[in-house]
Amino acid sequence: MRNLTPTIVVASPATLRVQDQGRVVRVTAGGDWIVAEAPRLEGMLRGLRFGEARDAEIDASAIELLDSAGAWLLVRTKRELEHGGRKVAKFTVPERYTNLVETIDRDDISPCEGMHHPRPTIQQFLERIGRATFSALRQAYAMTGFLGRVTVETSEALVAPRRELPFAALVHQIEETGLTALPIVGMLAFLLGIVLAYQGADQLKRFDAQIYTIDFLGVGFLRELGGLVTAIIVAGRSGSAFTAQIGTMRVNEETDAMQTIGLNITEILVVPRVLGLMIALPILTFFADVVGIIGGMVMTYFHLGITIPAFMRELEGAITLKTLLVGLVKAPVFAFVIALVGCFEGMRVEKNAASVGLLTTRSVVESIFLIIALDAGFSILFSVLGI
Amino acid sequence: MMNETGAGDNVVIRIRGLVNAFGDEVIHDHIDLDVVRGEVMGVVGGSGSGKSVLLRSIVGLNHPVSGSIKVFGRETADTESENLKGLQLRWGVLFQEGALFSSQTVAQNIQVPMRRWTHMSQQLMDELTAMKLSLVGLPADAALKFPSELSGGMKKRAGLARALALDPELLFLDEPTSGLDPISGSQFDELLRELQQSLGLTVFMVTHDLDTLRATCDRIAVLVNRKITVGTLKTLAANSDPWIHEYFSGVRGRAALNA
Repeated sequence: MRNLTPTIVVASPATLRVQDQGRVVRVTAGGDWIVAEAPRLEGMLRGLRFGEARDAEIDASAIELLDSAGAWLLVRTKRELEHGGRKVAKFTVPERYTNLVETIDRDDISPCEGMHHPRPTIQQFLERIGRATFSALRQAYAMTGFLGRVTVETSEALVAPRRELPFAALVHQIEETGLTALPIVGMLAFLLGIVLAYQGADQLKRFDAQIYTIDFLGVGFLRELGGLVTAIIVAGRSGSAFTAQIGTMRVNEETDAMQTIGLNITEILVVPRVLGLMIALPILTFFADVVGIIGGMVMTYFHLGITIPAFMRELEGAITLKTLLVGLVKAPVFAFVIALVGCFEGMRVEKNAASVGLLTTRSVVESIFLIIALDAGFSILFSVLGI
Repeated sequence: MMNETGAGDNVVIRIRGLVNAFGDEVIHDHIDLDVVRGEVMGVVGGSGSGKSVLLRSIVGLNHPVSGSIKVFGRETADTESENLKGLQLRWGVLFQEGALFSSQTVAQNIQVPMRRWTHMSQQLMDELTAMKLSLVGLPADAALKFPSELSGGMKKRAGLARALALDPELLFLDEPTSGLDPISGSQFDELLRELQQSLGLTVFMVTHDLDTLRATCDRIAVLVNRKITVGTLKTLAANSDPWIHEYFSGVRGRAALNA
């Protein structure tokens, strides 16, 4: 905090005097009792000793300027005197300020505990851990409920559409999440292909087996990396957009309006996004696979001098259709998770702007976490099944 | 109470030849306005007539195309924000939705201006915070609540408490009673009038609420057709401008005036 003295001009500094006259203690105040003088006045008041007198008088009639902070300090002094068992026989303030002082004196004012930064205790620390655990469990519970609901609604929309499937919305979602993501996904897949080929070539050079860079690239990209990288980009791009879009609609009470009109929010907002992404992500993944391998091909051509026909021959020997499908089969699952988490967090947005940002961040982190966890699960599953 | 513009150094806000425009659209076309010490000035006008823009211009949040705005004799229409320094502790602003800092409790909100401009002890700040809360009619336990836990009316009261934190001489209110039920609205009017009288405040208030205008305002400035007309409820009701006439003598206007 900057240390700037207030530029308010104190015309006549506040004064305070205490006279102990045996039976009566007299407090005299004058000058400007305003907020700018409050720190100084407080120091003076704290140092006061009122002595043994049974009666007290406060004469504030010489006060020139009084604001609510000053009035509070006067009222507080009066209350302190009374609290000490004294009788405040006289309490005079200038005529024009009686209203103010009465207003301040009306209520019993006492600051409550923890008004400023409450000091954290070990108890509160444990309480926070407990609360966080419970909220995580509650969230998992709610997410499971949402998962069931979306699954039912999506299957219903596919199998027995009550009306026509929202075709326009679906196409719009495919365009938004798929088509417009092509440049960024392609760019990153291409670069990743180059990086991967370099790393592979460097390691395999030691065994004089650089030609296997192509096997390494093909299998690595098709089975794992293509799908994983695409899903992570889409989670950051579209998962966050889902949360922000639906969240903003919640802040604007649009979702409430839909409900009162009798529209099914899940059917209108969630189903097109889930289905759209489940269609778009496998296509994007396939695109990333192709571009990534082209990236590797460009690198091996320039760096290792492998011609394109030779590259193709080697690649053909290294991968089968199964290699591609193992990578692609994961994409709809990733898409479902991204859309589910994005829409779920969007639905949880409360009616304030900060909540949109908070939940958007959370949606991206959660879906990326789930994607990687699922990918690990898939690896174990495929290995057990011997695929 | 005051029908003509006040004299000399009693003028707290002096606006001369103010022009505000967004692109080609002129909002204010050479407006003059004086707000005198100790009065409550209400500002009304249709939607989009630039009431809030006027308020924002005065407190330096909006830079006008041309013209001069002097608050306590200091130019605020300038783009130079140095000019505003020190004015901030002489005025308090209550924004439409309260504009409370959402990451802080009500008590911390009220103490922000105190920390920025004074060196009071924490003890004294807590006491003053409790006092301000009781002034604006909030229960003491509201101090520990976060803005998201408050109702609309409580947010406005908490915002008012923050605006009053440093006992400013000048108070700006942007639609203080909008979104409140009539009972809360009239309580707010009473509270405002009481505070204004006991603290000797000058109030500049943008409002749509005819009851608030009747209950609290000494003078009223009407923004119509990019110009401003100043008067009291009675003189404005007799005004020949069709919009002003309709506003103050329409069904709702009459009901409020006769109440």
